[in-house]
Amino acid sequence: MSEIEIPLGELQRTCLYDAHVALGAKMSPFAGFMMPIQYEGIVAEHNAVRQKAGMFDVSHMGEIFVEGPDAEAFVNYIFTNEVRGMAPGKVLYGMMCYPDGGTVDDLLVYKEFQADHFLLVVNAANIAKDFAWIQEQVKGFDCQVRNESADWGQIALQGPEAEKCLVAVLGYKEASALGFYEFCDVEYKGKRLILSRTGYTGEDGFELYTTPENIVEIWDLFVKAGVAPCGLGCRDTLRFEAGLPLYGDELSPEISPVMAGLGMFCKYEKDFVGKDALLDQKAGNLKRKLVGIEIADKAIPRAGYPVETAEGKEVGVVTTGYHSISLDKSICFALVDKDFAALDTPLCIRIRKKVFPGKVVKKRFYQTNYKK
Amino acid sequence: MSKILDGLKYSESHEWVKVEGNIAVVGVSDFAQKEMGDITYVDMPEVDDEVSAGEEFGALESVKASSELISPVSGKVVEVNGELEDAPEKVNEDAYAAWIIKVEMADASELDALMDAAGYKAQIGE
Repeated sequence: MSEIEIPLGELQRTCLYDAHVALGAKMSPFAGFMMPIQYEGIVAEHNAVRQKAGMFDVSHMGEIFVEGPDAEAFVNYIFTNEVRGMAPGKVLYGMMCYPDGGTVDDLLVYKEFQADHFLLVVNAANIAKDFAWIQEQVKGFDCQVRNESADWGQIALQGPEAEKCLVAVLGYKEASALGFYEFCDVEYKGKRLILSRTGYTGEDGFELYTTPENIVEIWDLFVKAGVAPCGLGCRDTLRFEAGLPLYGDELSPEISPVMAGLGMFCKYEKDFVGKDALLDQKAGNLKRKLVGIEIADKAIPRAGYPVETAEGKEVGVVTTGYHSISLDKSICFALVDKDFAALDTPLCIRIRKKVFPGKVVKKRFYQTNYKK
Repeated sequence: MSKILDGLKYSESHEWVKVEGNIAVVGVSDFAQKEMGDITYVDMPEVDDEVSAGEEFGALESVKASSELISPVSGKVVEVNGELEDAPEKVNEDAYAAWIIKVEMADASELDALMDAAGYKAQIGE
């Protein structure tokens, strides 16, 4: 057995840190925060979300507000997806890119109910970098940007019974009327609570944003109602099966949305940072593409393992891989040379000293169950 | 509290060795299986493979993590526990019954570098 790493350095805690410790969570550093990796176990938590409901502390995520007469024009300029014409109460997924097409971050954009107001929800590890990038880009636009990440807590309630749980525990019947990627504003203890029908698991569910104090209370109510607390361990296995990328693994300054197969979230009927580079890549001028690979063995392809042809030529690298809990298959995402990215292309994965044959498959391994 | 069996030798990297004549039976400790959580796959060498003391001979995989298995002795693999291919959870159930490989030792004096039960207990600090 190799050594177990001991975390060093300053780590932040979310508002739910004490709740996790009290529940006996296994805590570990992630994105600069001490976060729960698992409570009961990754497999049990994964299955709770697929079959019933589970909840995650995602208070580490970043909330950046953009307001002012040019807010729409500005968000549209830094965001790959099209925000013009978004109705209030709608949410869009997309990326921010560098001029060379590399990814600054992937994020959700909320079109608020107040005119000229947007909320950007970004990855925890990127909050400082994103905010600096946004402040740099905003020059010349008539709008203000505010990083309120520390003022908001967030819970993701996910699973086929999420709606039932939310209404039973908190009583907000308006949640039932929300379609996927829609949100509404309600109040909890006199403070704003955003109910957003979004998530990162491939199941129906909600993300709840409110004050840290409210989040601690709401978490406790869900615990008492029997909702399974779930850690980052199964958050990763769930999002992976659903074909969803993780920034740092499948998206990065070196991996553009086009390379990652996320071109459907890039709209070219407008000017935005990175547009020319992405159009160039879309036209075929790119080296690597993200694919799914399935191998016919129980061995697990992990991030960093080489992808090879049957002849032993290295043509790529694994970015995320698991023995899938819901599908009982060994599958992975891998970045491979574009000539080897077509479906059914035979590719092998080198796992330590052995080579396991497999083939390119669709990245959405699991049939998602979103609210229509 | 993790179980530690008397009469076995232990490595710093949490493998145990049971000496049967010139054969070293190798597995991982109860402490190690607890640290790993649910084990889903055991990557093992093949019979007749050579292993070296201090070097990797396979791996344990849980859902989230992969952990290398380090051979406590040098020699030739004479038997692997094929039962673990289909039932890796046996390592979680009883880490001392679920041996992984048997090695025909090339140099039995390598055993002197390993810890006894008391020494291992002190190392894991439980």
